[in-house]
Amino acid sequence: MTAIQETAHESEHAQDHHHDHPAWLAHHFDDAEQQFDAGKLGMWLFLVTEVLFFSGMFCAYSLYRNRDPQVFEFCSRFLNEKLGAINTGVLLFSSLTMAWAVRAAQLKQHKLLVGMLGATLGCAAMFLGVKAVEYSHKWELGLFPGKFYVSQIPGAAHGEHGYLGSLCIVPLILTIIAGVYYIYSLATMSKFHQQVAGPILVAGACFFGGVQLGRILEAEETTHHAAEHAAHEHSPGASHDHSQDHSAGELLPEKEGGEVIALGHKSIEDVKVMSEELKTPDASVNQKSMAGLFFSIYYCMTGVHAVHIIGGMLVITWLIVKAAREEFHDQYFGPVDNVGLYWHLVDFIWIYLFPLLYLIT
Amino acid sequence: MPIWMLLAVFFALLILTGLTVYQSQFDLGNAEIWLSLTIATVKAALVILFFMHLLWDKPLNAIVILGSLIFVALFLGFTLMDAEGYRENLIYKSTVKASQPGAKGDEIDN
Repeated sequence: MTAIQETAHESEHAQDHHHDHPAWLAHHFDDAEQQFDAGKLGMWLFLVTEVLFFSGMFCAYSLYRNRDPQVFEFCSRFLNEKLGAINTGVLLFSSLTMAWAVRAAQLKQHKLLVGMLGATLGCAAMFLGVKAVEYSHKWELGLFPGKFYVSQIPGAAHGEHGYLGSLCIVPLILTIIAGVYYIYSLATMSKFHQQVAGPILVAGACFFGGVQLGRILEAEETTHHAAEHAAHEHSPGASHDHSQDHSAGELLPEKEGGEVIALGHKSIEDVKVMSEELKTPDASVNQKSMAGLFFSIYYCMTGVHAVHIIGGMLVITWLIVKAAREEFHDQYFGPVDNVGLYWHLVDFIWIYLFPLLYLIT
Repeated sequence: MPIWMLLAVFFALLILTGLTVYQSQFDLGNAEIWLSLTIATVKAALVILFFMHLLWDKPLNAIVILGSLIFVALFLGFTLMDAEGYRENLIYKSTVKASQPGAKGDEIDN
C-alpha cells in the first residue's frame, strides 16, 4: 500500500503538483472543509433525484386512490399493521444508530463507530426479514400484482408454497459465508477481520430473527382471524345474515344472465353492475383490474424501497471495513455522513409508505 | 450532535408512530388521510432537521432539498388537477360468479 502511495506521490511530483496532502484528502481539493462540502452537496443532489424518483410512484398511488378509494380500503386489510409498525420502529432505530455513528466518527470513537454501523446493518437485515414474511404470506394467499392477482374467497384454505424458504436461500448463503469468515478471523487473531466479520454475521442472524418475529406475529394474526370467523359462524344472528347473503348470491346470477341475453350475448365483462345491486361491496373490488392494481402499486413501492435497503446495506458494509481500519476522524468523516444522509432518506420514504399503505380504514 | 438530542428525536419519532397507528383505529372519514399525512410530515421534518443535520447545514443544501419538494408538489398537484374527470368513466366489471359460494378464484375475472 505504501509503495502505491509513494509511486502516486512521485507521479504527482512529476506533474508538478506540489501540495503535500494527507491520504484522506483528494488532491483536487484545497482542504478538508472543501472536500466535505463538495461531497455533501453531491449527496443532497442525489437525494433530490431519489425524492423525485419515488414521487412518481406516490403520484400513481394518489391518482388511483383518488379514483377507487374502496379498492385501497379493501386491500389494506391484507397488510399486517403490526408488522408494518414493527418495521417502522426498526427503521427509526437504525436511523438513530446511523446518526450516532456520524457522531462517533467525528469524535474518533472507532469501536463505537463499528458497533453503531453494525447495529444499523442488523436493523436493515431485520427489516428485510420481516418484509420476507410479509411478501411470502401474501403470495401464499394469491395476492399478486396485476393480472396475477387471485380473487380472495373468505375462509378458503391456502397451502404452503415454500415462498419464504426460497426468499431465505440467499440470506442463508450470505450468513454462512459470514460465519466462515468470522471463524477465519478468530483463527488468524486478526482484530481487523473480527471487526468486519462480527457485524456482518450479526446482521445475518438479525435477518432470521426478523423472519422468526414476522412468522410469530403473522401466525397470531391468522389464528385471530380464524377465531373471529368461527365466532361469526356459530352465533345465531350471524348465521341468519349468512343465509341471506346466500340467497342474494343465488338470485343474482339469474338476473344477470337475463341482462346478458338482453344485451345480445355481450361479453359479461362489459356489463355494468353497480355495487349497490350486488349487495356485496367487496365483489367489484376483489378482482385483477382493481385489487390487482393496488398490489402492483404496493409491490412496486415497497419493492423499490427494499432494493434501497439492500443498497444501503452494501455501502454500510463498505463503511464498516473503513471504520475497522480506523480511517475516520474529525477532519474526514464525509463517507459516514453521506451514507447516513442516504439511509435517513430511505427511512423518510418509509415514514410516508407506512401510513399510506398499511393504515387505511 | 449531543446524545440526549439523538435519543429525544428517536423517542419523538416512536411516539408519533404510535399516534398514527392509534388514530387509524377511528373512522375519521376524509380527515383521516390528512391527519396521517400531517403526522408523517412532522416525522419527516424531524428526520431531515436533526438526523440529517439540515438545521446546522449550509443554506444551499436546504435550498436544494426544499426545491425538490416544491417540484414534487407541482408534479402531484398538476397530475391530480383533472383526476376527478375520470370518475364518470368508472365501469364496474361484472362479478356475478364472485358472489356464488365456492367459486374458484380463477373463474371470477377471465
